[in-house]
This record gives sequence, structure tokens and C-alpha cells, in this order.
Amino acid sequence: MSIQEELQAVIKEALPDVSCVIGWREGPEPLRAAPLFVRTPADADAFRSGYFAVNNPAVFLPEYKGGKVGVVVKGCDARSVGQLLAEGLIRREEVKVIGFPCNGVIDVDKVAVALAGACDPGEIQAAREEGDELVLTTPSGEIRLRKTAVTADKCGRCLFPNALDADVFVGDTLEPAVSADDYADVAAFEALSLEKRMDFWEQEMSRCVRCYACRNACPMCVCREHCVALSRDPRWLTQSDGVRDKMFFQIIHASHLAGRCTGCGECQRACPARIPVLLLKRALSRRVEDLFAYRAGVDVAGPPPLLSFALEEPKIKERDW
Amino acid sequence: MSVLKGQELRIIGFLCNWCSYGGADTAGIGRFVQPTDLRVVRVPCSGRINPLFIMKALLYGADGVLVSGCHPRDCHYAEGNFYARRRLEVIKALLPALGIDPRRFEYTWVSASEGRRWQHVVESFTMQIHDLGPARRLPDAPELDVLKMVAAE
Repeated sequence: MSIQEELQAVIKEALPDVSCVIGWREGPEPLRAAPLFVRTPADADAFRSGYFAVNNPAVFLPEYKGGKVGVVVKGCDARSVGQLLAEGLIRREEVKVIGFPCNGVIDVDKVAVALAGACDPGEIQAAREEGDELVLTTPSGEIRLRKTAVTADKCGRCLFPNALDADVFVGDTLEPAVSADDYADVAAFEALSLEKRMDFWEQEMSRCVRCYACRNACPMCVCREHCVALSRDPRWLTQSDGVRDKMFFQIIHASHLAGRCTGCGECQRACPARIPVLLLKRALSRRVEDLFAYRAGVDVAGPPPLLSFALEEPKIKERDW
Repeated sequence: MSVLKGQELRIIGFLCNWCSYGGADTAGIGRFVQPTDLRVVRVPCSGRINPLFIMKALLYGADGVLVSGCHPRDCHYAEGNFYARRRLEVIKALLPALGIDPRRFEYTWVSASEGRRWQHVVESFTMQIHDLGPARRLPDAPELDVLKMVAAE
């Protein structure tokens, strides 16, 4: 039995206990899965896991607080669940976590690059995995892409391919590809001059249309309609179309995720303008990891670092005037 | 003061009501001469300072931001500055990722009796900001530029 079939069986078994199980189904396009809410055993047949199950189902959990719900999670999604639990945003007894080992997921933006004009990504009629290749059916025949070229960046640095703290775990655990996250992407960006870094953001953020998809896709953005970006008093943001306001929204998002971001990359994936907004969050995550040896969604035993303090901070060197 | 020669820069100071604001007052009562680039915003406690205050100031026109509160263990509310210390230390990491010089933001602790120390902090920080010069600004909304052009005609 494939992992997908096993998961379908587990979902059906879990159903009497929970109001619904959140997972993935085939999406409107071959490369994109869509969220699935399994309420009856028959719904479970539409469940799909695997390379295209990109989106993070943990984003829906806070809405279900107060009733028991099941969720199928990859390793990265499980970290989001762990962080929501650590902050008391959901209750452990109200969520049934179904985990499985994840081999990595697709980055659709990378497919467009890898195709290199051979075919428009919108023309892809079907897609399937074959070993370490992705086979795309297009009007002009089959195109084979190496999966390593189109797998999301976050998967290359994934330390937890197996869902942590799962009630049910389906399949055999996988060894992570790397032993530590070296934050090479942040280091490479910060090796540029300050001027170049600001040039970069000025150019990238000029494409932002302030759709707030980054916020809506973020499992840790739980304020919903109370988001400070929507507040009129205090008025953090204007309605003007300037790069400055667009940048400031990203600063709000990143600073509100300091010590909470699990690096699932949903903000960046959801961005229709392909702005690399995860970079800011990772810069803060690296700092939090350095200072407090805390990785969100993993080291969740104690209170989160920014909701607690120590009288003496061994790693904080205050400025000596 | 040497820094007063030439251009004055815009430095925003967030000072806690109980220690640093008192310290700045002590410096004033003692008539300790200080550079005038710093604009002070009084807040109840350094723990009241939302890191977004700092980011908003830096993005929307400040050349430097200084935060000052009670010394650790001396907080009027017992633990506000302990929380502040962690937040301020973490938000510092956002500046280099944005392309803002991290030296444009500093935080420190000054008690109400430390008038001399306050003078020293203001002098040192103002010098530091003058060494860096005016901050680069991200462009404002393009429609405002159009309005300015229309107004000029």
C-alpha cells in the first residue's frame, strides 16, 4: 500500500472522532494541490499526498479551536502545529496530528525557470513523479525535469522531514538531508553591500500589490481581521502605493514572526509577485537561534523566547558607552 | 559642539519615564551641553516600546534611533526592561537584512541620577550617526511625486 493509500485509511479511521481532517486534493492545475477538508469517509478518496502537496494545512487550525479536528502534516507543517501549541493558539487535545515522512515538495516558480521557454507552465496538462524525475505532459510532448532542480529551497535545508509529535505516523522515518541549517542564504545576502541590499528590496518590493497573500498563507499570522496593517488607529500603514509602505508591511510581518517563524516558506510561495519575503524572517530566526538556542516549532518545551526573559542573558552583549 | 556645525540630523530617542527621561532631565538641570539632533519620545517603560516604533522611525525619516531604559533589575515595573532587552536585541538583526546600517539603532540603560552618563550617550550616539550621514530613504508613493510636480507648476 502506498503512503497515500495508508493515509487515506488513517483519515477514514480518524473521522468519527473529529469534525474534519485537513489535507490536500488535486488542485485546479496539475502542479498545484488544493486544501481538502475530509468530512465523510468518501471525501478521503480525493486525498493526495506527495510532491505537489505544498501548502501548509496548519494555517486552518486556529479557526477550528473549540472542536476536535484532524490534520495531515509534512515535517515542516508539523513544526507550525508545534509552535501553535506552544503558544496556546490551539489545544493539544483538540487536534489529531497525522504525520508522514516527506521527500520534499515542488516549487512551481522553479518549474517555470527549468522549462526555460520550452513550454508555458500554464500549458502543462498532467504531471507525475518517476523516481527522481518529474514528467510533465504538454501539447508538444513529454518533458522530463530533474526533481532536484524544481524542489523547494526549504526542502534542501530541511532538518525534520518526519512530522514531529504526530498522533499517528504513517510510513518509515527518513534521514534529513542536512545536519544543521547554516542560513547560507541570509549570509550570502548580507555579504552584499548595504547599498545593494536596499537596492534589492527597493526593486523587489516595487512589484508588491499589497494583496497580503503572504500574511493569509502564514500559519503563525493568527490576528486575522485584527492585523495592525488594517488598523486605522494607530495608523501604521497608509493606502498609498509606495515602496516604503510595502516594505514596512514586510517588516511588520517579519517582526511579528520573530522567534515564531518555522520557515515553512508559505509567505514566499503564496506571493504572486515572487518576492523573496522569507529572507527577512530567516534573518530574525537565525538571530533567535544564536541568542536563545530556540528553533520555533521544535524546541517548544518552555515558553517562546520573546515571551520570557532571563535575568542574565549570556549571549546578549549590551553596548558599553 | 562640533556636531552642530553643518547639517543637523534627525535622531529619535525612546526614553522610559522612570529612569532615562529622568536622567535626561538631570542632564538638563545640570546644564550639561548636548547636541540637539535628538528628539525625545517619552514612553512609560522600555517594555512599552514596540520594535515597530524603531522600524517605522528608521523607514520614515529618522537617521538614527536611540532607546534607553532603566538598568536591568531596576525597572519600575520590575521586568519590563528584561522583555525589552530581548526584543531590541532581536530586532537589530532585521536592519542588516534590509540594507540599513545596524549602527543607526542602539539601546542602552541610563538611570535618573546619571546625567553625566546621559550626556555622554547622546554625544557618542550623535557622533556615530553623523559619521554615517543622512540615511537613505525608500521612495514614497509615486502619486505624491506627481502631486508635488502639479503643485510646483
